[in-house]
Amino acid sequence: MGLKTFIQGWPVYRQLTGADPLGRGAAAQSARSAALTARTETADSVARSVCPYCAVGCGQRVYVSDGQVTQIEGDPDSPISRGRLCPKGAASKNLVTSPLRQTKVRYRRPYGTEWEDLDLDVALDMIADRILAARDETWEDVDDQGRPLNRTLGISSLGGATLDNEENYLIKKLFTAMGALQIENQARI
Amino acid sequence: MAEAHPVGFQWVMEAKKRGAKVFHVDPRFTRTSALADTYLPIRAGTDIALLGGVVRYILENELDFREYVLAYTNAATIITDQFADTEDLDGLFSGYDPERYSYDQGSWKYQGHEQQRESEDTAKERETAAGLRHESHGMPVAATTQRDETLQHPRCVYQILKRHFSRYTPEMVSRICGIPVEKFEELARAWTENSGRERTGALVYSVGWTQHSVGVQYIRTGAIIQTLLGNMGRPGGGVLALRGHASIQGSTDIPTLFNLLPGYLPMPHHADHPTFDEWVDSIRHPGQKGFWGNSRAYAASLLKAYWGDAATPENDFCYGYLPRMTGDHGTYQQVLNMINGKVKGYFLLGQNPAVGSAHGRAQRLGMANLDWLVVRDLFMIESATFWRNSPEIATGEIVTEECRTEVFFLPAASHVEKEGTFTQTQRLLQWREKAVDPPGDCRSELWFFYHLGRVLREKLAGSTKPRDRALLDLAWDYPTHGPEAEPSAEAVLKEINGYEVATGRPLGGFPEAKDDGSTAVGCWIYSGVYADGVNQAARRKSRHEQDWVAPEWGWAWPANRRILYNRASADPEGRPWSERKKYVWWDPDKGAWTGYDVPDFEKTKPPSYRPPDGASGTEGLAGDDPFVMQGDGKAWLYAPTGVLDGPLPTHYEPAESPVRNPLYGQQANPTRKVYTHPVNRMNPSPPEPHSQVFPYVFTVSRLTEHHTAGGMSRTVPRLAELQPALFVEVSPELAGEVGLAHLGWAHLVSGRAVIEARVLVTDRLTPLRVDGRTIHQVWLPYHFGSEGLVTGDTVNDLFGITLDPNVLIQESKVGTCDVRPGRRPTGPALLDLVADYQRRAGMTPDRRVPIVTTGAASEAHERTAGGARDGGGDA
Repeated sequence: MGLKTFIQGWPVYRQLTGADPLGRGAAAQSARSAALTARTETADSVARSVCPYCAVGCGQRVYVSDGQVTQIEGDPDSPISRGRLCPKGAASKNLVTSPLRQTKVRYRRPYGTEWEDLDLDVALDMIADRILAARDETWEDVDDQGRPLNRTLGISSLGGATLDNEENYLIKKLFTAMGALQIENQARI
Repeated sequence: MAEAHPVGFQWVMEAKKRGAKVFHVDPRFTRTSALADTYLPIRAGTDIALLGGVVRYILENELDFREYVLAYTNAATIITDQFADTEDLDGLFSGYDPERYSYDQGSWKYQGHEQQRESEDTAKERETAAGLRHESHGMPVAATTQRDETLQHPRCVYQILKRHFSRYTPEMVSRICGIPVEKFEELARAWTENSGRERTGALVYSVGWTQHSVGVQYIRTGAIIQTLLGNMGRPGGGVLALRGHASIQGSTDIPTLFNLLPGYLPMPHHADHPTFDEWVDSIRHPGQKGFWGNSRAYAASLLKAYWGDAATPENDFCYGYLPRMTGDHGTYQQVLNMINGKVKGYFLLGQNPAVGSAHGRAQRLGMANLDWLVVRDLFMIESATFWRNSPEIATGEIVTEECRTEVFFLPAASHVEKEGTFTQTQRLLQWREKAVDPPGDCRSELWFFYHLGRVLREKLAGSTKPRDRALLDLAWDYPTHGPEAEPSAEAVLKEINGYEVATGRPLGGFPEAKDDGSTAVGCWIYSGVYADGVNQAARRKSRHEQDWVAPEWGWAWPANRRILYNRASADPEGRPWSERKKYVWWDPDKGAWTGYDVPDFEKTKPPSYRPPDGASGTEGLAGDDPFVMQGDGKAWLYAPTGVLDGPLPTHYEPAESPVRNPLYGQQANPTRKVYTHPVNRMNPSPPEPHSQVFPYVFTVSRLTEHHTAGGMSRTVPRLAELQPALFVEVSPELAGEVGLAHLGWAHLVSGRAVIEARVLVTDRLTPLRVDGRTIHQVWLPYHFGSEGLVTGDTVNDLFGITLDPNVLIQESKVGTCDVRPGRRPTGPALLDLVADYQRRAGMTPDRRVPIVTTGAASEAHERTAGGARDGGGDA
């Protein structure tokens, strides 16, 4: 390395002679950081999404490489958020890739002291059996004057408000058809 | 707002940069206060007194936007002479029934409407949270009213309002709220000066406002001010709710709520709605003005979407399949029923009531007494592990080996692992694309419920039981894709939008819905979101490529309208109030309404239109009636029907308060929903003795770095690290009084629970002078529980269960407690401490909280429409 190259590589020199007098951009960049490429530039795909926390509805861009979420950024096109995210929204990648995510069905039998494994299909089948049993046990056809009730008060549900509209629609439709009335949501709380 | 909705707050800062003045009212000084021009500390639970003071200031000084008020509100409407106000009856309105703790609204009506008695039984309406229906439309009222355009008639709304709030003087505001007179006057002056043709002001609240026993009336008071000042339906105005969850607006519009069907259609009541026709007429109110007149088409089209080919005009579209309400089936009633052993199975879908609901101990005891529980979540939350890790395990109230509840934990897909729409806080639907497949057993709710329905129908195939017809006839054939057979969210969105049954053509909007079975519409207010077969919610035209209204980003209900009632942004003749505040106006050359937004009015109805005699529905609306969903086309300063706790807001103390109501003998909301149950003992308040056992006021809210019950933040390493522990903020004065050390421990005691927290001594909390004495308030974040990366006691355990009568939402933003230094006891000693407080406060298991605290109740009961009536009940 010649002396001239050495001096020109010195950040203060670049700061004083270049286009970055405050030394907050190119002047402060090391050779290593100059060679780095942002994950957002090399992503295989980008999904247009929406932040799952509060109801402001900030736009998100979800960057994916090799089938994994590699980054979540604010969407600069959004007229709501103009590319910004708060601490929670900015931690969204940390949310969806958290090591604490549960990815297997867990089962606790009555009076059990530990979780057990269970296949998803078996769980679905067991839950369907329990619904039908609870329904039969608590079904009300009519009131004491013979007016229709068509319901069970033996089944309850409480949903969060990060459910999609399409999901809420199917939840309400199915529970209503099975006669389950006690269907509630965070919207009550 | 800067704390809990930081990205939304950028627009407040933009407005401030352009000269707007920002006022912040909060019990605690926050980041919002730091950025506001003026901060007003307030005693939690007293907002109606503050806002009522502003109403009085406007009326006493005649600072209302008079042209707007006369033309667009019911200020000039005359009320029946049978009405008696809280000023006459010591805090009660006429029609109060002290046996049922509810009102007969007959004496609140418009002059000449006394004979309309369709909305009488308010005790029943409270049980079924009937107020929620009104989210999309006004209450029933006949179109023709008697008016005094001079506003001088002693019984016109303007004069009644003036008398009602006459004692809400700056001095009274100060005495109740603890706000200095000069600060109150600064707020009132700035708010009213920012009104008129050239200016508008916005009122922004976070939904802590709803979590009060008078929550609906808080918002009513705000709406009265905004209407008097001409701030509704205009740009820069409005009453803006900052809702707290990504699709909580959607969860109300397409409700998973016991008393509603999609689009605010009521769930049928066994006695009121025995037939399809009676159900529909209770919604559309024949003879009334406004857009609700077409509700038969919305109702028939919903049932057609539910039951497809089986639903025909001849069988009333399978109306008989719908389950019927008989009373209160809300989440808190359910929990008490769980404790009492009436509920067999419980689904929790991305919700954590062990931490997030009021009275966590009741929630957990209820869950421990089920046959089975299904929890679907991203993370292992407290509501899934109560049987092995909860405060009740420590106290011995739940013993793992003796707890019979069978628990299924099913992992859920995250927001990037499925596609679908969220509806954000301004009714805007935004479609999310799927980024990746969910891992392992994780599935969307769409997958779970579609396949659960499929399995149930397979198991019931061949059943001849009548009760199974509704499941077997259900239209449930959604296309699926991929190895896991994920149902198509877009197909569900198309059903929500509605389509022509014969051709499958998506409808362009709800005016195309029919009542003859030829259309199916899953949620009529969302109709148009799939117009032209295009997913309008997926539109992402950059903000740089369209104007500031940005109509091509997502899709807002109804009809992609961004500001509701925007006809009011023009004067009665249809001209903009001012060039500066131009938004929607009448173009006489084109003979149509035009502007920046979709006009909230019939496109070609001129401002000069006057309805013919006897007209109803939309034909009954005049060309200058902007509030098109209201029965009289007007904004309601006074609500002659529909609000169960009074036609006007009135300051009542919270259900738990250390202060006697300075305004009336009636202490707290006389119609609030209370549950007398041994587990739900309420701390005493004046005039009951022993309120000094719980001398301090506590309130709760969110941290920027955490979310609700913590399931999406205490499990996320970066957020957990930012806020690692529960703390309680106390003023230096209170720390001195109680003996608390900064960074030391304190514990808080209510009649339900004891919790401990680290102490943060800060002047963000300030002692308030209230009614001649000092009131100390403490503040805590409510996000903590026993699971996740960071843990702490659950603050909502401190609350009891008392609900707003209109919507059955709990009072969980204010309560009373004692504060003590050091850590709380553990094990059975903790129960002993609570029992000791209960004994000292006279909270016996069978004690009934006094609801009526004024001697005027019998007079209020006698003063009902047409003399003494017995409660107005019709069974």
